[in-house]
Amino acid sequence: MLIIIDHLSYKYKDVVEKDEYALRDINLKIEDGEFVGLIGHTGSGKSTLMQHLNGLVKATEGTIYYNGEDIYESDFDMRALRGKVGLVFQYPEYQLFESTIFKDISFGPKNLGLPQLEVDLRSYQAMKDVGLSEELIDVSPFSLSGGQKRRVAIAGVLAMEPEVLILDEPTAGLDPKGREEILHLIRRLHKEKKCTIILVSHSMEDMADYVQRLVVMHEGRIVLDGNKRDVFAHEEELCMLGLAVPQVTTLTNQLRKKGYTFTKDILTVAEAKEELLLLFR
Amino acid sequence: MIRDITIGQYYPKESGVHQLDPRVKLAGTFVYMISMFCFHRFLGFLFVSLFLGWIIKKSEIPFSYIVKGLKPILFLLVFTMVINALFVDGHIIWSWGILKISVEGIRKAVFMGIRLSLLVLGASMMTFTTTPNHLTDGLEQMLKPLRKLHVPVHEISMMMSIALRFIPILLEETDKIMKAQMARGADFETGGMIKRAKNMVPLLVPLFVSAFRRANDLAMAMEARCYRGGEGRTKMKPLRYQQADYIAYGILIGYIVILMAGLRYIPNLWTIIG
Repeated sequence: MLIIIDHLSYKYKDVVEKDEYALRDINLKIEDGEFVGLIGHTGSGKSTLMQHLNGLVKATEGTIYYNGEDIYESDFDMRALRGKVGLVFQYPEYQLFESTIFKDISFGPKNLGLPQLEVDLRSYQAMKDVGLSEELIDVSPFSLSGGQKRRVAIAGVLAMEPEVLILDEPTAGLDPKGREEILHLIRRLHKEKKCTIILVSHSMEDMADYVQRLVVMHEGRIVLDGNKRDVFAHEEELCMLGLAVPQVTTLTNQLRKKGYTFTKDILTVAEAKEELLLLFR
Repeated sequence: MIRDITIGQYYPKESGVHQLDPRVKLAGTFVYMISMFCFHRFLGFLFVSLFLGWIIKKSEIPFSYIVKGLKPILFLLVFTMVINALFVDGHIIWSWGILKISVEGIRKAVFMGIRLSLLVLGASMMTFTTTPNHLTDGLEQMLKPLRKLHVPVHEISMMMSIALRFIPILLEETDKIMKAQMARGADFETGGMIKRAKNMVPLLVPLFVSAFRRANDLAMAMEARCYRGGEGRTKMKPLRYQQADYIAYGILIGYIVILMAGLRYIPNLWTIIG
């Protein structure tokens, strides 16, 4: 058992008028090695919730347990937690600052207080993991393309070797090829490094392709939580929340209404292909 | 954290003060600030705070919110007061080495403290009740005569309004970058002066990069909409004085007259007591 969010609420102190709840009574359990997708409308509290998980934002009510330890306990080592729960913000390339890529990636592990050799090893490994070639070690991160910059930024978090990796819309603003590369990278981290992954995204297709479990948020609450198949079975509810199911699911649902029968709910194009071929056999 | 700074922010409300012409408010702030330096008696403060209190009440902004604006200058306030208390000569009541506190020093310290607070509160009332755009519009109008002297009034006011517009954006950006670096284990809170300054690098570099990027984007966007400076440019909402504005000018004159007269003709309690 890794993370337990227990009756967590967060009141956002509005500068002007009354206080408003950004998160209300969130209960969530995330197990070791899970690949969780988090979807929700803009302003549904996804990012706020993510920032709670590594202690950047402190809850007004409720608490979070990490490996059974209450993270709001006064003797809890918050710095260590930030090393264990890696958070990749939206547009992370805007946080690059060092003169070389390697130095930028080492920033995280260095802050963890590791010996220099370990810092270098981890940074090098992270660079390799995200697929940056060795020639780039001494290049300034500001001279790279957008997609490359993002890899550097992700490597900067990976170099801390987190147990949990949270990514807030890691593919926003990238071209299709860049998107796929980043998502493949995330999948590989999950499979090979046994990282627990929490992925925030607006793309239902990405969710259908990559995650196992899906959590849906709306107005600061969790409204749906379960296997992605079970969640995407609620097409109507999702539409009401301003979300959607993958396009191919909409298509097959429409076909089903026309009288075609499928053996299961379809989430990806590959699945649809198989099922459709079965129909025409 | 950073959002708690309230000074210089606009507080949306529909009050009479909000709807005044920005020129009135600019002139009012100007007169208010000058009036603060026209007296050396505590009686003046009583009158000034009554006036300010009345405006605050009229503006419908919660008092606690306005007082929060003093927080950023708290250090300056305390510093001024301590310096004044320690270094003004007079009737000494306490001394330790070269440090000595005199009655006059205390009086001066309290006087300066009140003056500074009232100044900041009064000035912040203007920004609380006027949107940055309105403010620069008003300024541009008021400074227009300077164009004859080849002062680029429009350009200056455009620069001001852009600068003001960018303050909240950059604050938000700072907050975001700060969090992103904290997620990478950066520490902005502990350590000595030099260490802290060094720790700011991961915050400042991305902030500058993003400020330049935004400036570049904005310049492009303005260019794309054919912006070419103030020559021949008209306004969608030109400033026009309403009746309320004339009344406000009247009140302003009344304020300064009563303040001056009051200070001249009401006997000085301080000298009577002292």
